[in-house]
Amino acid sequence: MERPPAGTVHPDRGPIRPSPRREASSFGQQVIQFLLDERVINVLVQVLFTMAVLAVAGWMIYNYVQRGRTFTFGFLGEEASFDLAEGLEFSPTDPYARAFLVGVFNTIRVAVLGVILATILGLAAGIARLSDNWLISRIAGVYIEIVRNTPLLVQLFFLYFAVILKLPDITDAVTLPGPVFLSKRGIAIPWPVPAGSFVYWWPFVGVAVVLAIVLQVVRKQGEKRTGRPSFGLLWVFAPLINIPILGLLFFSFGYWWAFVTVALIVTVVLQVMRSRGEESMGRPGFGLLWVFAPLVIIPVLGLLILVLLGWPVLGSSPALLADLPEMVSKAGGVVRVEGGTTLSPEFVALLLGLVIYTGAFIAEVVRAGILSVPKGQTEAARAVGLTNAQVLRLVVLPQALRVIIPPLISQYLNLTKNSSLAIGIAFLDLYAVSNTMLNQSGRVVEVFIMIMASYLAMSLTISLIMNIVNRRIQIVER
Amino acid sequence: MAEYSQVVKPPPTEVGVLGWLRKNLFSTFFNALLTCLALYFIYFVLRIVLSWAFVDARWAVVTTNIKVFAIGRYPYEEAWRVLVCVGIIAVLGVLTAILWRFKDSPVRRWLVGAWLLSFPVTGILLRGFGDSFLPGVSEDLWSGILLTLVLAIVGIVASFPIGVLLALGRRSKMVAIKVFCTVYIEAIRGVPLISVLFMSQLMLPLFLPESLRLGTVMRALTGMTLFSAAYTAENVRGGLAAIPRGQYEAARAMGLNEFLVMGLIILPQALRAVIPAIVGQFISLFKDTSLVVIVGLLDLLGVAKAVTGQQQFIGLQREVYSFAALIYFVFCYAMSQASRRLERTLGVGER
Repeated sequence: MERPPAGTVHPDRGPIRPSPRREASSFGQQVIQFLLDERVINVLVQVLFTMAVLAVAGWMIYNYVQRGRTFTFGFLGEEASFDLAEGLEFSPTDPYARAFLVGVFNTIRVAVLGVILATILGLAAGIARLSDNWLISRIAGVYIEIVRNTPLLVQLFFLYFAVILKLPDITDAVTLPGPVFLSKRGIAIPWPVPAGSFVYWWPFVGVAVVLAIVLQVVRKQGEKRTGRPSFGLLWVFAPLINIPILGLLFFSFGYWWAFVTVALIVTVVLQVMRSRGEESMGRPGFGLLWVFAPLVIIPVLGLLILVLLGWPVLGSSPALLADLPEMVSKAGGVVRVEGGTTLSPEFVALLLGLVIYTGAFIAEVVRAGILSVPKGQTEAARAVGLTNAQVLRLVVLPQALRVIIPPLISQYLNLTKNSSLAIGIAFLDLYAVSNTMLNQSGRVVEVFIMIMASYLAMSLTISLIMNIVNRRIQIVER
Repeated sequence: MAEYSQVVKPPPTEVGVLGWLRKNLFSTFFNALLTCLALYFIYFVLRIVLSWAFVDARWAVVTTNIKVFAIGRYPYEEAWRVLVCVGIIAVLGVLTAILWRFKDSPVRRWLVGAWLLSFPVTGILLRGFGDSFLPGVSEDLWSGILLTLVLAIVGIVASFPIGVLLALGRRSKMVAIKVFCTVYIEAIRGVPLISVLFMSQLMLPLFLPESLRLGTVMRALTGMTLFSAAYTAENVRGGLAAIPRGQYEAARAMGLNEFLVMGLIILPQALRAVIPAIVGQFISLFKDTSLVVIVGLLDLLGVAKAVTGQQQFIGLQREVYSFAALIYFVFCYAMSQASRRLERTLGVGER
């Protein structure tokens, strides 16, 4: 507490008299008075606290050293001599450091995929929970309640031991169209592999990037000149994504590609006409359906024409080839899957578990966010004459997002941290690998410091990214 | 005035069951389509679940092991002690539910006292006291639902004072204390519980003198408490932030010193405001106790895992894990419903 000097007149309270301290007569009283001063107490308490913390730490370190233990990270260079079957290539002769790296990579893989899929599931379930349709809202409600009220580890055990490991043997694997093979050895799915003409695809990507940069510059200049961007950010991202896809289609589907391109151009033209009409008349001249219809109808028509004429639908040299998994019977009745890529049962169980679990929490976040927008906002927007889609896009979502993003960040963080439960079902994530390292090398403290640092780094990265997003979305308060 | 008496009834399609169906399920063509899809989905899921649960499932694995699920390795001849503990808590719970409405009477104070007293009593009952009267039962033998409950309750109760201190420390003006508390809270919240549990199992013993040995359950409890304290601290901090500055200034103006302001004015209001958040934290802590199975403890999930390994019940993971999930669900769902009611009746700021 800061005190004004004695004798000053406070505007509200009149003169402040010097505090009625008795004159310190003896040395002892002087010391006591000195010690009772608030600033002195402050410093003393802090010094004592720090000393106490240091003392406890010192005592713990003393105990640690008493046990004849040392502290060094030298073991990281030593041969790991255990095998890791998941993720990056690894052989038992590789050093511990590489094993740790494999674990980190596996955790990141699960976390990134999990965050994306859980967001999609959570968004769908949250919107379904608010649906006008009673049944749909109830189904979403049951899903959310069941998942939120049982521990994630129980769900993981159930998924792994009671569902995925109960799938049939590989000899009579469940075959889904694709082909996708489900068996207790994992899930085999087709996987794209670049073909010879893949190099010719890069020019498309280059053009897309250049175009996007140019559009962004134009957009920013418009913003500088008129105070608001001349067109939405969508127009920058659309070519960035569409042109590479068109490129892929170009190589994969020779003649058909022409139809797809025409369809895209028609769609863009129609959308421009539509928004022009909206600007001049206040409401769009025709529905969004008229914009999307050609996008579907023209390619389908094209496909029919090509088939009828007997011309080839597929191009002569696709840039990407689908590597399809297939069952191969080896000598001695051994059956294995070759080609494609196989997701291990542990990976599938962990990913599914994390997505289902976090999805339920995200659903609640989304629901709360949408409900937080006052009904008056929707009604006012409707009264101004906005269409249903516009109300959602321009009024409800921007306000809901402000409420959704902060708890969403903590759900993403939870998902990342929860991926450490992988060790319960033997998926080799950062945590499980570290545990093996720790058991083999006996370097408990060192490995734990590495684990903590990795998780903290991941948490901070997610927080950082999402805080940037958050800052862009929040209103600037007065 | 004849025309007023002739009230036209709403058409039968707008009221009653039919009206409800129309409004909620078949209001538009798209909605009707969704309803049909949803009905098919429900039929599809229920057919699988029900036919499994009532026809294929072999529930004998659960019924023969029900005692194991409840108390696990706790000696059966001493099981009555667990029952007595449950009885004490049940009686207290019922009494509280009935008597709590009498405000401004000493009943409430007695109830609080009884609750506080119930902790050492149940603790002594479970742990044992002396050799002749209540033979000791090492806490490493506690298992099953008993262990799950002990972990959750001790975790939240023991973490509460630490959490309050951490929250106050984080708001303190003293830099050393503030930095320590902030670093502790953020570091714990940034790492998974499982790593804290492992740390308490493997690392804690290395930093304690060899003479001081803690059992595995004790170590897990330490880990749970240290972990939970960081989250309690953040909840309490939220409550503290919600108290208007005027309260603090008014209390200071009355001449109370810092400690009295905190103890008499700020904390009582802040803690009341965070009760719903603490209940929510308790629910998630209850679910998180299942992680101790990874460090080798036999809580409900650990017992379930052990049961799936029994010779005569091999391959019945579905039955066992469904049962475990059901138990967790019943507890958590009941608690979350109760906390919703609490939130409504408590009405933060109510006097």
